[in-house]
Amino acid sequence: MRNLFELALVLGQQEKGFGALGAGIGYGAAAIGPGIGIGYVVGNAITAMARQPEAAGMVRTTMFLGIAFTEALALIGFVVFILLKFT
Amino acid sequence: MTPVLAALSFPPIEELLEWKDMFGIPGFNKVALLCVLSTLIVIAFFLFAGRRRELVPRGIQNIAESTVEFVENSIIMQTMGPEGLYWLPFLLTMFTFLLVANLFELVPFIQFPATARMAVPLPLALFVFLLFVIMGIKRQGMGGYLKSTLVPPGVPKPLYVLVVPIELFSTFLMRPFSLAVRLFANMLAGHLLLVTFALLSAALFTKSVMIVLLPLPVAMLVAVTVFELLVAVLQAFIFTILAAVYIGEAMHPQH
Repeated sequence: MRNLFELALVLGQQEKGFGALGAGIGYGAAAIGPGIGIGYVVGNAITAMARQPEAAGMVRTTMFLGIAFTEALALIGFVVFILLKFT
Repeated sequence: MTPVLAALSFPPIEELLEWKDMFGIPGFNKVALLCVLSTLIVIAFFLFAGRRRELVPRGIQNIAESTVEFVENSIIMQTMGPEGLYWLPFLLTMFTFLLVANLFELVPFIQFPATARMAVPLPLALFVFLLFVIMGIKRQGMGGYLKSTLVPPGVPKPLYVLVVPIELFSTFLMRPFSLAVRLFANMLAGHLLLVTFALLSAALFTKSVMIVLLPLPVAMLVAVTVFELLVAVLQAFIFTILAAVYIGEAMHPQH
């Protein structure tokens, strides 16, 4: 804990230190939810495809849609990372 | 370890934000050139494919026909139904343009996807946004469209206070924004990944003993390149299919 505090102090002396720290932690946090979500989406899609292989095409299309919607959150996190880190 | 890391100099982020003008035309940079180039490639591809049409397709005509069939079967029929075939030319153009623009990421000496600047996906997303709003108003009328978008069926009346602002936000603000950001951030992240591993490989390519570590980033670079090929195709597909879903939903609210 003490070390973390000292690390934060050292980073704070540099101009963009806290920005970079926040960017890293923020992106890490933003990736948790979408990671779990995409896992659910793909897992259930595989279950559906295994149960009904004849519906695989439709399931795959819907799976990509679900992934796209879920992934958007992680990508917004990535954009925030870029903004915090480089501006 | 330190001299190796010191040799690893990441290019400043300004390289991504401010581009040099090309051919002395102000505002015409590499990204604009790539956009023009991908438009020309798409036009030339379909012109050449349709020049000598044969009953049994061969060569380039075969590729063009399977592209059209892919958009027809995997995008339109899955999301809009037979009525959506009216949108085939628009969605086909959008898919092929985005595909070529994304694949520039992996072409040697170009190595930058034209869609990794917000200036390219954002107008496309706003165009799709305008299209589905106009289609919705045209098909269902102003009141009917607002009712079918803002009020999902089967919601009890007291919950309208909560549901209507959420739907308003997610349909009219989040949809164009996330459509643009999804494409932009995916391509930019892929570009940064490729740059990182290429630079790491280049920094380890020295005479020092650190060269034994060289196979690791090189293997990673190859893996990321293959992954980016998948991402480039998938993002063009997802952008097009989401446009089809949005337009189809505006045409048939009950889906």
